[in-house]
Amino acid sequence: MKFGVVVFPGSNCDYDTFHALQNVMGQETVFLWHKDHDLRGVDCVVLPGGFSYGDYLRSGAIARFSPIMREVKKFADSGGLVLGICNGFQILLEAGLLPGAMLRNKNLKFLCQHVHIRIENNRTAFSSAGHRGQVLRIPIAHFDGNYYAPPDLLSELEKNKQVVFRYCDEKGKLSEEANVNGSAHSIAGLINRQGNVLGMMPHPERASEKILGSEDGKIIFSSMIDYLEKKRGTGKKKATRAARPAVTPLPPLIGTF
Amino acid sequence: MKVRILVSLKESVLDPQGQTVRNALHTLGYHQVKDVRQGKVFEIDLEGLDRAEVEKVIPEIADRVLANPIIEKFSWEILEA
Repeated sequence: MKFGVVVFPGSNCDYDTFHALQNVMGQETVFLWHKDHDLRGVDCVVLPGGFSYGDYLRSGAIARFSPIMREVKKFADSGGLVLGICNGFQILLEAGLLPGAMLRNKNLKFLCQHVHIRIENNRTAFSSAGHRGQVLRIPIAHFDGNYYAPPDLLSELEKNKQVVFRYCDEKGKLSEEANVNGSAHSIAGLINRQGNVLGMMPHPERASEKILGSEDGKIIFSSMIDYLEKKRGTGKKKATRAARPAVTPLPPLIGTF
Repeated sequence: MKVRILVSLKESVLDPQGQTVRNALHTLGYHQVKDVRQGKVFEIDLEGLDRAEVEKVIPEIADRVLANPIIEKFSWEILEA
C-alpha cells in the first residue's frame, strides 16, 4: 500500500511517521508537500504531528487552507483513508473533516508523556487489529488536546460509536486523573460517521518499535494496512506479519516554505 | 476602513486561561474581580469597500477564519471610516 505523509511548514513528526510506515511497517511511503495539488496516487493520507504554521491563530487553523488540504478533503469525501495525528487531528477538526474543536489542556500545561488509551470501538479501519477494551500505551505531546463538543454532538458521537480511543489508566479504567488534558468524555481518538477519517492526539509513530518503549502504535497502522488490502482485494492476510524490510534512508524534503 | 474584531470563547466553554488570570488578580488583592474571559483582538485595514460591503465581509471573515464557531464568538466595530 502507498502512504502519503503531508508536510506543512512546522510539521515535526513527518520523518518519524515516514520511518514508522516505510521501515517498520514495510509500506511504500511518500511525502506530500503542503503546496502540492495532487496526492500522487496514495491509498492513505497521514497528517503528522507538529506545529503547522506555528499554531498561529489556532492549532491547525491555517493549515486547513493550504492547497494540499483541498485534495485531502476531496480524497476523504470520496472515501479515502485519512489519519490525523496530534496536530493532524487539530487540522482535521479545523477543516471540518471531523466534528468538534480543541481547547487548551485543562491544567494549561504542554503535556509530553506516555498515556494509556482504551480501544472503544475495534470495528474501524484504524483499530481492527486490536480488541475492544484493549489498553494501549502511546505518548502524547500537545498543548491543545482538550477535546470539546457541545452536549448534543457528544451524545451523537457516542450513539454512533465514533469514539475510538479514550484516555484511561493502565488497567483501562476511566478517571478524571487519567484524562490528562480534560477532554470531553475522555476522548483521545475520534472517527467520522463514514468511518474513513480518524483523528487521535496520541502518537502511534512514537510507539512503533521496541526501542521506543512500546509497539502498541503498530495496531493502528496494521489495522489500516489490513483495511486497505481487503479493500483492494489482495487477499494477503496480515501484512504486518511480513518480514521487516531493511531500513532505507529517508528522502530529503524538496521545496521551500 | 479600519475594523476591530474581538474573538472570545463562548460562555458555555470553560476558559482556563481567563480563570488563571482571575486567580492571579485575586492573589494581588483585586477581590472585586468576579470573572475574567480572555480573547483575541484583530485590527483589519480594508480598502475599496463601502460600509455595506464591510458589514457583509467582516462577519464572513470572522466566521470562516478568525473564530472557530464551535467554541468562539465574535463582535466587531468600525474604528475609522
